[in-house]
Amino acid sequence: MAGPVLEMRSISKSFPGVKALSEVNLTVAAGEVHAICGENGAGKSTLMKVLSGVYPHGGYEGEILFEGEPCQFKDIRASEQRGIVIIHQELALVPYLSIAENIFLGNEHATRGIISWHRTLTHAAELLRQVGLAESPHTRIADLGVGKQQLVEIAKALAKKVKLLILDEPTAALNDEDSRKLLDLILELKAQGISCIIISHKLNEIARVADAVTILRDGQTIETIAIGPEGISEDRIIRGMVGRDLEHRYPERTPEIGEVAFEIEDWTVRHPIDQQRTVVDGASLNVRRGEIVGVAGLMGAGRTELAMSVFGRSYGRWSGGRVLLHGREIRTRTVSEAIGHGIAYVTEDRKQLGLNLIDDISRNISLSALGKVARYGRVDRHEESKVAESFRRTMNIKAPTVFTRTGTLSGGNQQKVVLSKWIFAEPEVLILDEPTRGIDIGAKAEIYTVIAELAAQGKAVLVISSELPELLGLCDRIYTMAEGRITGEVARADATQESLMRLMTMSAASSNEQV
Amino acid sequence: MAQTEIIPDSAQNGPEPDPSPSVGAALARALRGNVRQYGMLVALALIVLLFQIWTDGILLQPLNITNLIQQNGYILILAIGMMIVIIAGHIDLSVGSLAAFVGAAAAVMMVEHHLPWPVAMLIALVIGALAGAWQGFWIAYLGIPSFIVTLAGMLLFRGGTQILLQGQSVAPFPKGFQSISSGFLPEVGPHTNYHNLTLLLGLAVLAVAVLQELRGRRQTASYGLEVLPLGLFLAKLAVITAAVLVFVLLLASYHGVPIVLLILGALLVGFGYLMRNSIIGRHTYAIGGNEPAAKLSGVKSKRVVFLAFTNMGVLAALAGLVFAARLNAGTPQAGINFELEAIAAAFIGGASASGGVGTVMGAIIGGLVLGVLNNGMSLVGVGTDYQQVIKGLVLLAAVGFDVYNKRRAGS
Repeated sequence: MAGPVLEMRSISKSFPGVKALSEVNLTVAAGEVHAICGENGAGKSTLMKVLSGVYPHGGYEGEILFEGEPCQFKDIRASEQRGIVIIHQELALVPYLSIAENIFLGNEHATRGIISWHRTLTHAAELLRQVGLAESPHTRIADLGVGKQQLVEIAKALAKKVKLLILDEPTAALNDEDSRKLLDLILELKAQGISCIIISHKLNEIARVADAVTILRDGQTIETIAIGPEGISEDRIIRGMVGRDLEHRYPERTPEIGEVAFEIEDWTVRHPIDQQRTVVDGASLNVRRGEIVGVAGLMGAGRTELAMSVFGRSYGRWSGGRVLLHGREIRTRTVSEAIGHGIAYVTEDRKQLGLNLIDDISRNISLSALGKVARYGRVDRHEESKVAESFRRTMNIKAPTVFTRTGTLSGGNQQKVVLSKWIFAEPEVLILDEPTRGIDIGAKAEIYTVIAELAAQGKAVLVISSELPELLGLCDRIYTMAEGRITGEVARADATQESLMRLMTMSAASSNEQV
Repeated sequence: MAQTEIIPDSAQNGPEPDPSPSVGAALARALRGNVRQYGMLVALALIVLLFQIWTDGILLQPLNITNLIQQNGYILILAIGMMIVIIAGHIDLSVGSLAAFVGAAAAVMMVEHHLPWPVAMLIALVIGALAGAWQGFWIAYLGIPSFIVTLAGMLLFRGGTQILLQGQSVAPFPKGFQSISSGFLPEVGPHTNYHNLTLLLGLAVLAVAVLQELRGRRQTASYGLEVLPLGLFLAKLAVITAAVLVFVLLLASYHGVPIVLLILGALLVGFGYLMRNSIIGRHTYAIGGNEPAAKLSGVKSKRVVFLAFTNMGVLAALAGLVFAARLNAGTPQAGINFELEAIAAAFIGGASASGGVGTVMGAIIGGLVLGVLNNGMSLVGVGTDYQQVIKGLVLLAAVGFDVYNKRRAGS
């Protein structure tokens, strides 16, 4: 193989309060398929955004050489002109336009602003043949499955004369059959001289198509391993992904674990739009009083979907399963029913789903249990403010007053407001989804303490997290999920990052073999 | 009354503690929390002043003040309901047609079927509620955008009006019914040069307003928040007192308080209280502010939206009745462009196009800005053509000012 098509040298990128990338190096040889692995938040997507110009030149440190020349992309268009095309996990197609229109969107075959349909359609047909998609160029995107849409995305990249194709989790939303086809296509493109970077959590796929793998962890390059003809073991990759110390301090606690309080049995959820897709597949788990139970899983494993579906069917379409509280089946078909039974769900997406950002702290805290500060339907503002003030003190929410708008708070303080809201509702069961995502270390430690206190009060706590050290530091028991299934249940004493990661990356195919 | 509504809110949203408060800085901070509403109040005062000078004092003559209230009553009633719908993140284009439809129905009931007017009114309000519930059902439970449902309603109810009236005006109405629009509080007590009951009512309102102010100030202080310096606070009380007294004396020196003003006052106090202090009011703001988050907090958003539209239907019916009573006829042309006036009033009065923001008092202020502009320009002799141009510019300027302000504040 020739020299490198891409070299990224000492790339560093900071966001306010967080160093997302620090001195990352990545070298992709011409005509190779290069995999990038790492946990959620390891910096994979940030690195690709730097490469494709989403974060323009000047916003990061380090240099990028493409085909030997230094590049300073100011936006995505600039990188696409050089032949670097990124396909995001969330596909960027317009559903009600045709395949042909989508392929040439922003890149139309046109003369003085008038589209030439002849050239558009012939070229589209040619590209569709190239990616092996047997559809008319006139077909609307909305009428295609996700697998075929993925192929349209690749055709679109080819139309831009792609030299380096970046695929972010390309098979996350695909079934086995479509995944296999897609991987075959990647190998075919490679044969045509197109280099490829593939970000994936599915280690078996990496082992199958990649020539080399670079592992990122906490914004740093850990290693790049060339994959020879003999392949690579998944254990080898896992070791690189997780080899990290338990860096945060976790509260000391002596758990007093009681009887089983909360159970989910055989819970199955289908995708809200694509009903063929099973997002959560027969998941069962339980949490005892006073116990903190973790749910580990990579992006797309179905953890949030499971939690939101249980919490008032707030995600997807329910297609089976029961929820039990103290051994008795309860109805959780609406959010108010779930809250009424003492279940609370603290969302992973506090800005979109957790807070009313244009309203103040006090009114956000009281929202899910307004009845507690109201009499005959009249909200007692005085009582409400006192409640909020006591939370501001105990939770150490850093804001001038409880009448400060939540939109102006930092992430950590916003998270404390969301937590306060649900603690105020006095639930028996708390489901915390990524409770420390995107907040600084100090606030993290405070939130860990709050979680430990909730368990000490006898509440059943379920923590969904992508950070394995967090789960290992906090939980008494950990479930793992992959592709919508519960793939394992491990007591804390027996769990290591490696063993969890192995269970988290277990695909349906391999789990069938092993179980 | 105007002032009492605004203050508690400004006290809550406003100032952050500052170690060195100067009078100017305190005032600036007190204003900052509610720029839009204070801004519009100041704008309203300026517009009134401007036309007062321009019309050689006709604007604030007792007769004209009374006219102003009676001419704008129905728009203000609509603006209150519209504000609530907009706070919930929706819009209602059908209210003008619905008002016409209900007015027509009431006319047919009273004139052709000789129903007693209170019965006809009650039935008319129920018709409004049903029409509002019908639209609310499509919007809340079937998820059809309110713009489309109420656009359909606009055509539906307009057509219904024409069918009911067979293209003709139906008149006249019983005296009792007419009085809801043109009547006044009865005269009682000894003969003074003023309307006694109006004076008493005015004093009562003033007392309540001042007490509210004092209570609000005490409560704000009890939260450890900064309050206006005493001098400024007293000045504010003086302004409130002066404004109420002047207004009351003006009304009392003519026929007294119009019935429409009583209706409006009741609606303003009732809905103002509902939106500020009730659970359902709070839920309305939460849905407009962030519907997914509100849902995940257990807010029954469908029910709240349904109720907001049902309520809008009732208020549209009430506005239709008031308008019909004023014309003393049910006509097919009633209520044309009312929805636009009501929407404009809500936005001028501080509503946000994305929902979650606004107050009932704001809707009233916005409506009054439009009303005074209409009235003042007519008095000066500006043609309706230019009136529209100017009102359009005022709407744009009010919302533009707000957007600019928010952007500058970085929010």
